[in-house]
Amino acid sequence: MSVADVSPRALPPLGPNRRLKLPKQAERRLGNGLTVIAVRRPAVPLVELRLWMPTGRTHLARGAMLAQTMLSGTQSMTSVQIAAELQAVGGGLSAGIDPDRLMLSGAGLVTGLDRMLEILADVLTGATYPGQEVGTERDRLVDRIQVAQSQPAHLARTALLRRVYGKHPYAVQTPEPEQVRAVRPAALRRLHAERVHPADAVLVLVGDVQPERALDAAEKALAAWNGAGHTAELPPAPPLEPGPLLLVDRPGSVQSSLRIALPAVPRTHPDHAALQLANLLFGGYFSSRWVENIREDKGYTYGPHSLVEHSVAGSVLVAGAEVATEVTGPALLETTYELGRLATLPPKPDELEQARQYALGTLQLGMSTQAGLASLTSAYAGSGLRLEFLAEHAARLAKATVDDVAEVAQRYLAPARAVTVVLGDAERVAPALSALAPVRTEPVRP
Amino acid sequence: MAARRSRIPATKYPVERFTLDNGLRVVLTPDRSAPVIGVAVVYDVGIRSEPEGRTGFAHLFEHLMFQGSENLEKLAHFRHVQGAGGTFNGSTHHDYTDYYETLPSNALERALFLEADRMRGPRLTEENLRNQVDVVKEEIRVNVLNRPYGGFPWLTLPPVMFDTFPNAHDGYGSFDDLESATVDDAADFFRRYYASGNAVLAISGDVDVAEATALVQRHFGDVPARPAPDRPDFAEPDLTAERRSSYTDALAPLPAVASAWRVPDPITDFAGYLPYVVLAEVLTDGDASRLVERLVQRDRAVTSLGGYVGFMGDPFDVRDPTALLLQAHLPPGGDVDKVLRTVDEELDRLATDGPTDGELARTQARMATHLLRDTDAVLGRALRMAVLEQQRGEPGLLNDLPRLVGEVTDEQVRAAAATLRPERRASIEVVPGGAR
Repeated sequence: MSVADVSPRALPPLGPNRRLKLPKQAERRLGNGLTVIAVRRPAVPLVELRLWMPTGRTHLARGAMLAQTMLSGTQSMTSVQIAAELQAVGGGLSAGIDPDRLMLSGAGLVTGLDRMLEILADVLTGATYPGQEVGTERDRLVDRIQVAQSQPAHLARTALLRRVYGKHPYAVQTPEPEQVRAVRPAALRRLHAERVHPADAVLVLVGDVQPERALDAAEKALAAWNGAGHTAELPPAPPLEPGPLLLVDRPGSVQSSLRIALPAVPRTHPDHAALQLANLLFGGYFSSRWVENIREDKGYTYGPHSLVEHSVAGSVLVAGAEVATEVTGPALLETTYELGRLATLPPKPDELEQARQYALGTLQLGMSTQAGLASLTSAYAGSGLRLEFLAEHAARLAKATVDDVAEVAQRYLAPARAVTVVLGDAERVAPALSALAPVRTEPVRP
Repeated sequence: MAARRSRIPATKYPVERFTLDNGLRVVLTPDRSAPVIGVAVVYDVGIRSEPEGRTGFAHLFEHLMFQGSENLEKLAHFRHVQGAGGTFNGSTHHDYTDYYETLPSNALERALFLEADRMRGPRLTEENLRNQVDVVKEEIRVNVLNRPYGGFPWLTLPPVMFDTFPNAHDGYGSFDDLESATVDDAADFFRRYYASGNAVLAISGDVDVAEATALVQRHFGDVPARPAPDRPDFAEPDLTAERRSSYTDALAPLPAVASAWRVPDPITDFAGYLPYVVLAEVLTDGDASRLVERLVQRDRAVTSLGGYVGFMGDPFDVRDPTALLLQAHLPPGGDVDKVLRTVDEELDRLATDGPTDGELARTQARMATHLLRDTDAVLGRALRMAVLEQQRGEPGLLNDLPRLVGEVTDEQVRAAAATLRPERRASIEVVPGGAR
């Protein structure tokens, strides 16, 4: 707004910034190699639990079934008993897997922490993968995969991963139904013995706890967890290879799913803070150029968003939007324009300041709940970092200059480096897309 | 012998309430454990209040409240919130519409300024209206038209269960209705429903009560006074005969079904209503719950199952009429009739024998965790308290919910289960058109 445009009521200034204050925490490495981190946030009488176990190079279908059936029974409890015993202390556990890690997570009343840890230990050391339950869960997983394969967001993601990662383990992250049907309990017991072990695992406990006492509780429950398993290193993710736009044909689609991958760097890289800011300027928050352009100005889409995704083997920036079929070409044009503009012209200082405040403020918001702190601590620990890194990162965000951001934008956000995938009705969108870039079309596949 | 029972803990968030001269009700709930605040403004208007021929209008109007206001250009609201390190959103429900921000606490005054400015009046222009109609149409395509099970069951079950327009119609709206909306419609809607007397402001988190009170007075004190409109009676009689309907979802690969039964008035009969909220969890929360154990694990008749009270899944933000819902996805070729018969059988068993030893206590402990976890987020407290103030004049109820849930008895759950009879049930079935 220009000075001549002074409004009758002026926007109140912000008060002084509050300094980032880290919560009280403690860490211990147990004799069996398990790292335990306990963080105190006593706001509500609960405790959050995250157990991160590296799973690089795990067989895809067996890994998915392992997560699906890990809580299906132990030497001493059935699946229903596990669920009921956890419920009794207000608790619950769930298991999930991706190419980096197997994660057990949950939350419960803090008075039930010892019991939750006991049950966790029972599952880790004595999961039995009973035949009947494995059969049931196999069918459920197949059904779930089938539903996922009918969702455009899933199909677009699948196509993008395959295009970006080629032969890397990250390329395919959802097993085929037939592969799942072939998984037997014996294979799950074997996989559990090989891969569910404490050596490189990290347990995070966050909540209304005294950190040292929580570490003692974890040590008491989990010291006996052992296993002669192995871990496998993931190869580094391959660099992006720009090429023709990949158009995945989904006939009858009323929207096109636009996905663009760009290079990025890990959290500890010197460019990371400036790249995070450049990403915000482009499409990483609502007040970004891309959202203001294709949503608030043109109405092409509801929720465009771009994000730097960090994985163990590498980082990538992914921008995604669901746009109306009839404006697919124009939406790509505006997207390329905004990327190109950021890559070739420096941002305005006030625009950068706004993104910087957002990045710093949302750090505070992210650590203001038990669940947020737990997920952040666990994600950091998974890449070898601790909460102290927050302060370091905040300092880098505070320091990044217009020149720094312009430089990284040219290096990482250049449209020339983009890998683009569009899922949509090829017959209707191909002509406009072909006017903007070389296009290679393929049929949709799960 | 009774199973060991976890003590249900409580929170003690303080609550300050006052009303400005213009009728705006204010709730403050300070908590200085983190340097963040939640600010929520809730207007007492939602999907049920939309005029006929204007389906989706409450939601479209919510979008228009972000398009600039008396002292703010288009885009300014977003930039000012995010440029202060905060996040924002709004959402439209059956009985209310909310607008909210989470921010570092040094931005309190800025947030109040922004909310007060649009309470005085949004900039309703033809250009903004057309732009947001386009955006809303894309929102509907993402969430309903371009995906399997879009709008199931929150949009597809009400027309089976209810007969009157307010309760039965599609709250996302038809494209025809959205496209016919005019700036005059929007101005009328604002004048009628977005009145200071029809709103509640709640502030939670890192604030000083005296300072926050003064700032609220400064920014909202001169919002012109307009009274709350009379709220129409949306009551409908209960069903006396079973209703069933089905439709083909061209994108869905598997069959699905959802059923609903009416429940007591959440506001005027809270004590009678609460057992249904607990019952939904007894039936469906986790692998040890009745219906999951039976239908998923034992019979393998369904792939996934959920149960809750309120069509949008929140039992503590709805007025009458509302319902307890069960929804299930079936395996390929699954038999919906058989699933419904099994549900009846399990409800009969619960109505006859009551919960088993410890079954209710463990469900209540788990519910307490969920309730407490939601209130840990500073915004969760502001939103929840704003709605409790608006609908009940009782924001402090938030502190009591875990305990009240914990006081529901076996006998109450048994009696609630006994009312879920097939003849009071409305069901909607999704026929998969996308099976490969």
